[in-house]
Amino acid sequence: MATESVKYVAPETKPKTVLDAFRRPDQHVTGIRDWLTTIDHKKIGLLYGLVALCSLIFGGMQALLIRSQLWAPNLEILNQREYNQMFTMHGTIMVFLVIMPLSAAFFNFVMPLQIGARDVAFPRLNALSLWCFVAGAIILNLSWFFTGGAPAIGWFAYSPLTDVRFEEVTRDMGPDFWVFGIQILGLASLLASFNFIATIINMRAPGMTMMRMPVFCWMTLVVSFLIILAFPAITIALVELMFDRNYGTNFYDFLEGGKPHLWQHLFWIFGHPEVYILILPAMGIVSEVVPTFSRKPLFGYGLVVFSGAIIGFMGFAVWSHHMFTTGMGIVATSAFSMLTMLIAIPTGVKIFNWIGTMWGGKIRFDTPMLFALGFITMFMVGGFTGIMHSSVPIDMQQQDTYFVVAHFHYVLIGGALFGLFCGFYFWLPKMTGRMLNEKMGKVVFTLMFIGFNTTFFPMHYLGMIGQPRRTHSYNAGHGFEQWNQIATIGAFILGTGVLLGVIQFMRSFRDKSLKPAGKNPWDARSLEWTLSSPVKEYNFARTPIIKARDQAWENNYGPRDLHSVKEPLDHHGVHMPDHSWYPLFTAIGFLVLVIGMLFHSSLGTDGEIIRNYTVAIIGGIIAITSMIMWSLEGPGGYHLFPEEDEE
Amino acid sequence: MSEAAAAHADEHHEPYTSTGIPTKKVLMWAFLGSDCMFFGTLISTHLIYRKISATVGTNYLDIRDIFDIELTSFSTFILLASSLFMALAVSAIHKGNLNSTRWMLFGTIIFGAIFLACQVYEFTHFAYAHGNELTLSTYRGEPHVFGSTFFVLTGTHGTHVAIGVFWLLGWLAYSFTGKMSTADAMDIECCGLYWHFVDIVWIIIFPVVYLMEYAL
Repeated sequence: MATESVKYVAPETKPKTVLDAFRRPDQHVTGIRDWLTTIDHKKIGLLYGLVALCSLIFGGMQALLIRSQLWAPNLEILNQREYNQMFTMHGTIMVFLVIMPLSAAFFNFVMPLQIGARDVAFPRLNALSLWCFVAGAIILNLSWFFTGGAPAIGWFAYSPLTDVRFEEVTRDMGPDFWVFGIQILGLASLLASFNFIATIINMRAPGMTMMRMPVFCWMTLVVSFLIILAFPAITIALVELMFDRNYGTNFYDFLEGGKPHLWQHLFWIFGHPEVYILILPAMGIVSEVVPTFSRKPLFGYGLVVFSGAIIGFMGFAVWSHHMFTTGMGIVATSAFSMLTMLIAIPTGVKIFNWIGTMWGGKIRFDTPMLFALGFITMFMVGGFTGIMHSSVPIDMQQQDTYFVVAHFHYVLIGGALFGLFCGFYFWLPKMTGRMLNEKMGKVVFTLMFIGFNTTFFPMHYLGMIGQPRRTHSYNAGHGFEQWNQIATIGAFILGTGVLLGVIQFMRSFRDKSLKPAGKNPWDARSLEWTLSSPVKEYNFARTPIIKARDQAWENNYGPRDLHSVKEPLDHHGVHMPDHSWYPLFTAIGFLVLVIGMLFHSSLGTDGEIIRNYTVAIIGGIIAITSMIMWSLEGPGGYHLFPEEDEE
Repeated sequence: MSEAAAAHADEHHEPYTSTGIPTKKVLMWAFLGSDCMFFGTLISTHLIYRKISATVGTNYLDIRDIFDIELTSFSTFILLASSLFMALAVSAIHKGNLNSTRWMLFGTIIFGAIFLACQVYEFTHFAYAHGNELTLSTYRGEPHVFGSTFFVLTGTHGTHVAIGVFWLLGWLAYSFTGKMSTADAMDIECCGLYWHFVDIVWIIIFPVVYLMEYAL
């Protein structure tokens, strides 16, 4: 992000550091050191996006292997264990390493711009979230190379699949990698969410009241609250599982008095809010895109915000609908069934509001709008099957069949992924400063839309006629063959579309032939579109004073008294924080700690367990030392003096 | 605005926030809300298993044979008393009374450490003194869940206290560098919020895990 044009003034005081080797790098740092030490929310957002898009390709290839295995009856492209590993890793990667970080990428990049802030509240903490996420991704994917290979326990890791006494491979390390990987990814999400909450509550520009915030920021807030309240449940569940596997406790050990059922409850108390953590950011993005391309304000803004919040709130009260077949009793089952049906109401409200927004608007069908429309229609299909599942007798029939697979892929690809791609096509011009190729975008959308429906629509039927999910192969003669082949063909079309899209996104950062975007290429409505593309490192030269909900739009078309004004230029200039090494070092400490914990025990000659915590302790020391240095490294920073309108 | 910028701005005026509440405090409250769910999960696990696991195996577990309620009551009192010191430390730093802050921090640390020492004694006492009675996985050599939930729950709380003690030790050490001022009041207040929270959790754990065994 260009600083050349901006006058630079040396900091008033030299940053105080304890250890000079790792003093906070200043604004002149370039290249890889710049990216490793950055605390700029925009760069952190881009790094989230990069890692997540690579994971998307990786998780997608696993999905294609699964579909290839199911091409014909009794194939052996993958053996049973490999198949189990594939669907476990596919699910875990897609949830924790693709959808969540892609949402985090947009939260990071867009949210501070939309509320008129110069960065998130705690930039170094934000960098720590990023590097913890990368550490978690590394841990999870390392599992392939050690005893037992990747986990073969499903992304839900139901007990007793995780019980050491029932494992297929002796001293199978897959589940341990899974436990520690998710644990550290959870830490990353928690830290990021604390940060986003503090930012949205406290860092809004003057005049940016809560009810003037863009819906995307509202959804960031709701999702952050969901994360901080839901992740503790899985954290503790994982701690208990770690103790079960390593220290012989009996939390989920039914042979010794534990209840596997407890894992299911704890997992889904986290897992169901997680579903909304995945979908609400996409809803936020669509709520930005639909008004922009309909050239109308969002219909029923208050209701859309309220519905999002109520969906998040009720998301905590419906977890047991994942467990209807476990025999919880009629009262519990009926209550959860009813609450689940109720969630359809706020969801429906949102959909009608989007339709109401388009009604009578001057709709432009650019790629972001196509993806938004794809989102609305496909998410509706997933929503309808969701309502079907909320009815207990129907769910009893459909449990563990391909019908369920169809349902949640309609929600997570047709919903979340379409929404996130919509976000890329919408905001990449703001990130790169260049427009994406519209033709290519439409090709990607067409391939994805057709491929997606070809893959997953037949699965409704396959589930109805009884094909079980998570099953390695099927016999001929059940009527499964034809639809499975269609689904596999569809999966490859979808895969091609996604791959083309990802390549297009990545290339747009380099491709100089794309046409420049300018400040507001879509004639969009929120504050980030008043800034230049790509956004300057200080975001706003002067803090804007907000007068209206759709501030960028009002500035262009609204009455004069709704135009935003700006605070006068500060004679101190814009204070920019220096970069920092310590978030990275802290995350490396956590990584070493986790690796130490993973390999801490070995079998002695007479079969007793020998425990060696040296590596774990070293990791802990690295992490704690880094945190101490972090707290002592001092503010540092420098001042920029942008011109009046240089933003 | 960043932490760095906020610290920088401190020299001139209080940094602007939308709510008027310092941003660090908002972050701390969000963290404490999240921590409630951590302990909520652990305490519910304990409550779920408390009765159903009591009669597993042939070994009926009457946990009262093991508990030393006098010791735990004492350490509970100590932990609650430490909160008073913490509150006084926060009040002292707001007034800029460095000497008093130092002593109050010291008192909080000592009381926290006494609590931890009691817990260490309690754990080793349960596990070894009576002939290996209660471990993570067994009671008198038979498989049991009580040890699992009890040690992991109270151990997690103990870890929280230990983190708090180290945090306070950090502040105590910092107070001798000569850099401490009322500008640090907000940070110490956040530390205090954490300390009081950990106390409050113990106010729930003590009746639910210990006293209830004598009543219900």
